[in-house]
Amino acid sequence: MLNFFTELGSATREAFGKIGRGTFFLLHALSGFGYVGLRPRLLLKQMYSVGVLSFLIISISGLFVGMVLGLQGFYILSDFGAEESLGVMVAASLVRELGPVVSALLFAGRAGSALTAEIGLMKATEQLSGMEMMAVDPVKRIITPRFLAGLICMPLLAALFSAIGVMGGHMIGVGMLGVDDGSFWSQMQSSIDFRHDIINGMIKSLVFGFSATLIALFEGYDCLPTSEGVSRATTRTVVNSAFAVLGLDFILTALMFGD
Amino acid sequence: MSNNEQNIVSIRNLCFSRGARKIFDGVSLEIPRGKITAIMGPSGTGKTTLLKLIGGQLRPASGQVIFDGSDVHSLSTRELFNLRKKMGMLFQSGALLTDMNVFDNVAFPLREHTRLPEPLIRSLVLIKLQAVGLRGARMLMPNELSGGMARRVALARAIALDPLMIMYDEPFTGQDPISMGVLVHLIKSLNQILGLTSIIVSHDVRETAEIADYIYLLADGKIIAQGAPRELEQSDSAWVQQFLHGYADGPVHFHYSADEYFADLLSGVN
Ligand SMILES: Nc1ncnc2c1ncn2[C@@H]1O[C@H](COP(=O)(O)OP(=O)(O)O)[C@@H](O)[C@H]1O
Ligand SMILES: [Mg+2]
Repeated sequence: MLNFFTELGSATREAFGKIGRGTFFLLHALSGFGYVGLRPRLLLKQMYSVGVLSFLIISISGLFVGMVLGLQGFYILSDFGAEESLGVMVAASLVRELGPVVSALLFAGRAGSALTAEIGLMKATEQLSGMEMMAVDPVKRIITPRFLAGLICMPLLAALFSAIGVMGGHMIGVGMLGVDDGSFWSQMQSSIDFRHDIINGMIKSLVFGFSATLIALFEGYDCLPTSEGVSRATTRTVVNSAFAVLGLDFILTALMFGD
Repeated sequence: MSNNEQNIVSIRNLCFSRGARKIFDGVSLEIPRGKITAIMGPSGTGKTTLLKLIGGQLRPASGQVIFDGSDVHSLSTRELFNLRKKMGMLFQSGALLTDMNVFDNVAFPLREHTRLPEPLIRSLVLIKLQAVGLRGARMLMPNELSGGMARRVALARAIALDPLMIMYDEPFTGQDPISMGVLVHLIKSLNQILGLTSIIVSHDVRETAEIADYIYLLADGKIIAQGAPRELEQSDSAWVQQFLHGYADGPVHFHYSADEYFADLLSGVN
């Protein structure tokens, strides 16, 4: 019994310690904006590896998710004779939910895990210490550009996901199942609201990008500098990012679409 | 203080712990300018930790580290960063940045801390690479270098900003005899030609004794012996003799402390 409380205590202390270190880490990374502003090439390089290299997985997944939405939507809506509304259903599901959420989960698996492993290995091979001894702040030099790249790329990737998903839904609904092309688009156009749907979806993906990138970078920076430590940190990145994204999604949905 | 002019680093009463374990318990030592000073001791005694304390990457629980007249641990971050430009450190693994080639690695500190035009940076980098014999390897990536070459590149990078002092962390570990010889020669000649001060942390007795002017032996959180290599050789301390000659048993036991052997075998529980 006593053992249980001791362990609970030390787990709690560890959790709070991590939150504290994470907060300092975030502030430190934010303080590097000026440094990166003077060296835009650092940012471009990271946007390439975090963003551009995720295009393929995001596009293919978006296409399949859109196609599935087209199929399922058609089965359900045609029961009510409302298959003309397929465009709205596909677009609303993608823009409000599936675009931001699924692309954030894919982002955590593809880019987040790579970031954690990269930074963990840099720590293990003393590259971060080495930079410090050369009087260069490794957080500003290594972390800040990656953080910014994640923030910028996540909403763009989510938009790409949704756009390709809509095309997938169109391909199935209009191309295969014979939904009327005109009403597919016109109903979508009249029902999807720019502010209520698209901006809110963008805000979601910005929040997800912020959390997934921060988690990935912090886990890498905070890991034990051994091969086991790096591998555990990579796992934690994927698991914690998934929890964070899904949990935040619930909160944001309740706040945004409640009324 | 004239002491400051003579000694580039003075460590006074340094204490440092990792968790419950005391790594240093009142260590004091002086690193004289222009000399090669070695800090030796078994693995895990805290040699790397000592270098990180000198470089201000770790904070001591108590005690002082004075480098070139300033107390390292009372400086602001900015002052500390400026101080670090005066010290180079060669990490055990080389710590080259793996996403840049040799040239860019050596140019890195120059590009970060100076606004020199690119042609001048190029000349400086080539001069440094020439000094370590790797001018021809400038386009290679770090993963294409052998261990010895990686350390020499790291050395070129460490001298890029013309520091006053270089700290070498285990420069000889894991090197083949030829690169070992090259490194020994390089450390000694750079120290002379560039008028540097060198601190070598090592447990390779022969190579270190060959070039060090003065040796500190570190064990169990304390300096247990010091002197010029010759003097230590003549020391009558059993510990020093065991360390210098690598005897398997002596004051440091081969066996980690354990219960009595037979009782342990027969007891059947852990
Ligand atoms: N980051 C760290 N966290 C906890 N303990 C550490 C860390 N780094 C080193 N140690 C411990 O401190 C002791 C001294 O380490 P180190 O200075 O690397 O020894 P040396 O360089 O003499 O082999 C070792 O017992 C090591 O396990
Ligand atoms: Mg060491």
